[in-house]
Amino acid sequence: MDVVSSHHSNNRIPSLTFALWVSLASISMMFAGFMSAYIVRQAAGNWFEFVLPAHFLWSTGVLLVSSGSIFMAQRMFNQRNEIKYKSLLVLTFVLGLVFIVLQYEGWMAMQAEGIDLKGNPSGAFVYVISGVHVAHVLGGLAVLAVALLHAFLLPFNVSQVRKERLERTAYYWHYVDLLWVVLFLFLNYYR
Amino acid sequence: MANLTDTVHEQDVLIEELGYDDHFHEHHHGDKYQSSFISKYIFSQDHKIIAKQFLITGIFWAVIGSAMSVIFRMQLGFPEESMAWLKPLLGKWITVDDAGMGTLNPEFYYALVTMHGTIIVFFVLTAGLSGTFSNMLIPLQVGARDMASPFLNMLSYWFFFLASVVMFFSLFLNTGPFSGGWVAYPPLSALPEASSGSKAGMTLWTASLVFFVVSVLLGGINYITTVLNLRTKGMSMWRLPLTIWAFFVTAIIALLSFPVLVSAFFLLMFDRGLGTSFYLSEIFIGGQALDHVGGSPILYQHLFWFLGHPEVYIIILPAMGLVSEVLSVQSRKPIFGYKAMVLSILAIAFLSFIVWAHHMFMSGVNPFISNIFVIFTLIIAVPSAVKVFNWIATLYKGNVRLNSPALFAIGFVSMFISGGLTGIFLGNSAIDIQLHDTYFVVAHFHIVMGVAAFFGMFAGIYHWFPKFYGRFMNETLGKIHFWGTLIGAYIIFWPMHYLGMVGIPRRYYSFDTFDAFRDFDGMNKFITIGAIVVFAVQLIFVLNFFYSIWKGRKQTTRNPWGSTTLDWTTPIRPGHGNWPGKIPSVHRWAYDYGKDGKEFISQITPLEEGEKDGGH
Ligand code: HEM
Ligand SMILES: [Cu+2]
Repeated sequence: MDVVSSHHSNNRIPSLTFALWVSLASISMMFAGFMSAYIVRQAAGNWFEFVLPAHFLWSTGVLLVSSGSIFMAQRMFNQRNEIKYKSLLVLTFVLGLVFIVLQYEGWMAMQAEGIDLKGNPSGAFVYVISGVHVAHVLGGLAVLAVALLHAFLLPFNVSQVRKERLERTAYYWHYVDLLWVVLFLFLNYYR
Repeated sequence: MANLTDTVHEQDVLIEELGYDDHFHEHHHGDKYQSSFISKYIFSQDHKIIAKQFLITGIFWAVIGSAMSVIFRMQLGFPEESMAWLKPLLGKWITVDDAGMGTLNPEFYYALVTMHGTIIVFFVLTAGLSGTFSNMLIPLQVGARDMASPFLNMLSYWFFFLASVVMFFSLFLNTGPFSGGWVAYPPLSALPEASSGSKAGMTLWTASLVFFVVSVLLGGINYITTVLNLRTKGMSMWRLPLTIWAFFVTAIIALLSFPVLVSAFFLLMFDRGLGTSFYLSEIFIGGQALDHVGGSPILYQHLFWFLGHPEVYIIILPAMGLVSEVLSVQSRKPIFGYKAMVLSILAIAFLSFIVWAHHMFMSGVNPFISNIFVIFTLIIAVPSAVKVFNWIATLYKGNVRLNSPALFAIGFVSMFISGGLTGIFLGNSAIDIQLHDTYFVVAHFHIVMGVAAFFGMFAGIYHWFPKFYGRFMNETLGKIHFWGTLIGAYIIFWPMHYLGMVGIPRRYYSFDTFDAFRDFDGMNKFITIGAIVVFAVQLIFVLNFFYSIWKGRKQTTRNPWGSTTLDWTTPIRPGHGNWPGKIPSVHRWAYDYGKDGKEFISQITPLEEGEKDGGH
């Protein structure tokens, strides 16, 4: 991707990284939209209460660990520890996959309890909100896949460009992680 | 104007001496972009080409969108006339009876109204306006080689293109395009069985708008990053021209509000396709009860208007930015109250997020909550009035050159005042009981948003046409265009206020069966004739535009209007990277007109010793 840079920039954050921050604000607004719809709809009554399946708790744990592993991967990269950097990156990717499987299992568990899409909106909201979040995790996995390609195909080299690229990958991953924690707490306590 | 040619040479010297050398032309693979026809004109990553792509696509949609309005206006003004002659164009949507009398299919009438609104609001006044001018002017006026990410910028256009193709395709569906109004309220939009336009037409409508939102977001991310990261040396935020402030804040509003529209659409798609009941409850169609229980259509309205109201400012702020700049340049005076202008842009942006429920006073929201929205809504009038005052003060005692850009800018101010005043009526929830969903609302928003934003866009096009194409548009045709549109627009929309005050509802196909409403056919004919004339006058603009691209008067000096801003320091036809050598550096604010006996002082001219920079 071609980027116009200016040697004297008015902003200490590199352009693409800054652009990432801006888009995260945008994604957050989308989820804020869902959450306020949830609150407004719930306040209107006729709301079915249920307990979220335990899968969502485990998946939260998995995602938190994966944030830690990408953080360490980044640190290892900067310290030129190639082996650890690569294995941590792989670990992050695997944890991401595990998260998605757990979410899927969570939906199945809800289904088994009779909470389906067509029932009360309280259940449908959980499916939609966690589903759209999973879509964003899939995006994160795609980005991680690119990072893995870079890690395993390019000669190991700690350049500024690659540092920034890895940094952006990590930011996005932390973001989907944090986003899920917020959504999880919201869905859990705002029943 | 003799001194203008001299200054060109001086400007080059200034850029060379004080400019900023980013070694762009040495190490940059600059001409990679320009190598083949396809990468130069089609999949171009150059912001100037992308701007033209947005503009021309916008013009295409403007012609289609307004032609649609002419057709439904004919139905309203001349319901008894035969429309058989439109059969070759509209095909089965015109039914011709044995006597040869052709009638417009009522379902298609709604489709036309819906498409007209969607196309003009999103494709013309959002993409065609912001997309064109943010792309063209942000890099040129902040002193950047291009956008922060030219690649994402290119994608932004192609997502708009994709959205356009999908929407265009939906016009030819057997069941017709979507017909439930540009706001797409459920249940009409959520139930395919609700009407024929709610079938595939609605599916494509939603798909198209989701692509459109992607386009807006990609563009907006770039505009914001470019303004914050790539300003040239000396270009502090307080030295930015008001155009850039407007585009910048517009992009922020868009980035925060459009995603919420996507949330609304997601829930809508689930209701449509997967049987959820977010927006639907206890509905009977053809005597049959539907399964959907427990949803609320008002929920959709909240989500929609959380975008919908900011959207109207997404449309008007860029127009305001263009008008501020054109008025200042063409009246040879600094903009009055620069800082107040910036602060009102920010205030309007903030307030635009907390007034959405004024579109829902009559939807059954709690009247106490309505009161809060009444107050916030009326407060918006304050920064709006500040801006109007400043524009008028800028014109006052100026050496106004009454050319087409200036006329359209002045016309903008007139329209914004007329339409803003009616907003204050509508903003009172008690008065809105009578006025909601009547032609009064139609009059209000067409004047304040529709016509005003078009005027801002026209001012921008006539003013920056030389920057786009190195030529001028024809002045005489421009003036005919202006007077025709100004007078015509008032002829169309002024009477609508009266129709609205007596309660005539908007979006009706025919008023024959209503004793209270059927006596206004004279006024309806008058409006329709006005609409036809105004449409014809716009064709003059389109001809002038395309003729002038190739045959217009050539631009011979670099800075024909005598502007202070950086866009006019590039060569007449700027190449890739905008400036052939160094990037100019900036030493003063953007509005030094008539200072110290000089007609204007460019932003690249250093301050004299002891001279104070303006604007603070
Ligand atoms: C003083 C400022 C303004 C006030 C107080 C105001 C107030 C209102 C209110 C209360 C309505 C809802 C009427 C109804 O549906 O019953 C309305 C509709 C509308 N206004 Fe304004 N307005 C103002 C300025 C603007 C501006 C600057 C724009 C656009 C640039 C705008 C665009 C619209 C549009 C598009 C609608 C109608 C949407 C629809 O129902 O299709 N308004 N306005
Ligand atoms: Cu509004």
